[in-house]
Amino acid sequence: MKDMIRAFVEEFGVAGHEGRVRTIIADEIREHVDDMHTDALGNLIATRGPEDADATLMFSAHMDEIGLIVTHIDDDGFLRFSNIGGIQPHRLLDERVVFANGRVGTVGVERVEKMKDLKMEKLFIDIGCASKEEAAEYVEVGDAASFHRPLVDMGDRLLSKAMDDRIGCAVLAQVLKEMDSPHNRIVGVFSVQEEVGLRGARTAAYQVAPDLGIALDVTGTGDTPKARRLDVSLGDGAAIKIMDMSLITHPGVKRLLLELAEEHGISYQREVLEFGGTDAGAIHLSRSGVPSGCISIPTRYLHGPSEMVDCSDVRACVDLAVALCGADLSRIDR
Amino acid sequence: MTALRELSEVPGVAGDEGKVREIIRQQMQEHADEIRVDALGNLLVIRRGSPDLPRLMVAAHMDEVGLMVSHIDKSGCLRFKKVGGIDDRVLPSTAVRVGCKQVPGAIGSKPVHQQKPGEQNKVIESDKMYIDIGASGKEEAERSVSPGDYVHFATEFEEMGDGRLKGKAFDDRAGCAQLIELLRSDVEVPLYAAFTVQEEVGLRGAQVAAWEIEPDLALVLEGTTCADVPEVEDHGQSTALGEGPALGLMDRTSFAHPGMLRGLIRAAEENSIPYQFRRSTAGGNDAGPISLSRGGVPAATVSTPCRYIHSPVSVMKKSDFENGLRLLSAFLQDIERGFRP
Repeated sequence: MKDMIRAFVEEFGVAGHEGRVRTIIADEIREHVDDMHTDALGNLIATRGPEDADATLMFSAHMDEIGLIVTHIDDDGFLRFSNIGGIQPHRLLDERVVFANGRVGTVGVERVEKMKDLKMEKLFIDIGCASKEEAAEYVEVGDAASFHRPLVDMGDRLLSKAMDDRIGCAVLAQVLKEMDSPHNRIVGVFSVQEEVGLRGARTAAYQVAPDLGIALDVTGTGDTPKARRLDVSLGDGAAIKIMDMSLITHPGVKRLLLELAEEHGISYQREVLEFGGTDAGAIHLSRSGVPSGCISIPTRYLHGPSEMVDCSDVRACVDLAVALCGADLSRIDR
Repeated sequence: MTALRELSEVPGVAGDEGKVREIIRQQMQEHADEIRVDALGNLLVIRRGSPDLPRLMVAAHMDEVGLMVSHIDKSGCLRFKKVGGIDDRVLPSTAVRVGCKQVPGAIGSKPVHQQKPGEQNKVIESDKMYIDIGASGKEEAERSVSPGDYVHFATEFEEMGDGRLKGKAFDDRAGCAQLIELLRSDVEVPLYAAFTVQEEVGLRGAQVAAWEIEPDLALVLEGTTCADVPEVEDHGQSTALGEGPALGLMDRTSFAHPGMLRGLIRAAEENSIPYQFRRSTAGGNDAGPISLSRGGVPAATVSTPCRYIHSPVSVMKKSDFENGLRLLSAFLQDIERGFRP
């Protein structure tokens, strides 16, 4: 899976600009799915399984990553920008960013006396151009940029930008390859614009009208020095979400996921997240409501340039999702 | 500009759009295949056009920001709450009208010579202001106003300078006026115009209008923030007056659909229509809920730059309004010729 993960995380795909990620994901899964199409907002929707299925299970992993958007180019060629998705200004200082056309820049800052005065509007991108005219040859107002960091293979662990949520995309692609589902129709949604408000999953869920919705997304960990309390650790297995700010996992879905993990000997941990949300938040409120949950990949240093995952956790998430594809979904009850 | 004068001066604070709706409905009577008002008060004006072309929803919101009376003091002064986003600093000493009787009033606050040291440098909060309608006591005030009455800014529409306009509520009566003109023009595209309610308090009307219309494509016409004024650095300006209609790229509620945006840019460039990008990502508009309606809708926003929006008075330029209209016509013609985002 590492080659696929590398290809996914290194591709450019800031929220609202997911086209290229969609192309490589589509190429990756094409021969494994029965049907695949792109919808009005840009979601990639892939289907596998029997036509006359007992139930429809929708997975959602979002293709978009956080990034920056150029709002102004000044006379000296410096770019002002706004954030796309949740980025704190201090994580951008001296960070390299890259535009879709490959142009790289570094983030500079106006003189500030105190760290608390560090606001997004004090920052700018320097793409090595001496004038507005020169800069305009490479970048226009409205162009998006992402962190410029390649994947580092640390053995059991991987470090890269955009693990949130290309690692979920990789898990979903792998599930579509490995799954065996005689009873359920599996719809894999690679969604857009999660980072700016769970937008793609909302319209995808309306189209799919699933019986069960599962987000495949990252979650934070509490296993680093003096971290915020969170009983999730890297390497301890798939995180079965109990709740976050967007979702209280449906009790039947929660029970089924916990039982499947036990039955198949998959290492897992329970996740109670006091911040953030996932596509499951949008899916479960679609139409007249959809029982929903989330299988989370534990990830350190979220919404930064270097997000870290453990390969054994990734494997556990694939195994749990594959087990769910083959499960009798009528086991879900109140 | 007589249409815009009437639309600017008529009161229509969010939740109380009836008078605006009536003006538009009367003007649209002979130009529509169907006109209806939905449960929330959205006015839907439909021109069915050619069935072979995509159904285009064009939305402009009728509501404006304003105030609502929350309490009448013993002294006869009215306490109020803000309806929509208004900066407290623009309120003191503003002329307003209250309720359906349009009772004249002025927003008062503690005079500067009675403020304590330190208070003078602070923004007075709207909770500490009141509306003075000239009543000498609670009973007298109650004869003309009640808690729950809407309050709008008493601002006269005027032309000034080099083709500039001054008035209230250009956000989004400018969009309403453009949409009226569009409905009067000769187009084949199935045009589903939504004059929406309650945009300023959470994009509410557009959400249900889009559900009802089920459009293939959507455009939102807005009056947007503009700050090409002294004391604002270049990179803090959202748009500039006179540089043409502003195309939205991204705000808190949506991204412009890339295909729609490309189509608008192409229409502008092929017809030599000036345009600019909205260089701010703050705020939100009806494109948010419309684009997320049902299975998703490609949507984009075309805005008329307005200085000092969300205040008692805003300033816009006629040429931006007219160029916006030209851009819309050109884009609709491209759809007729087969353009799809």
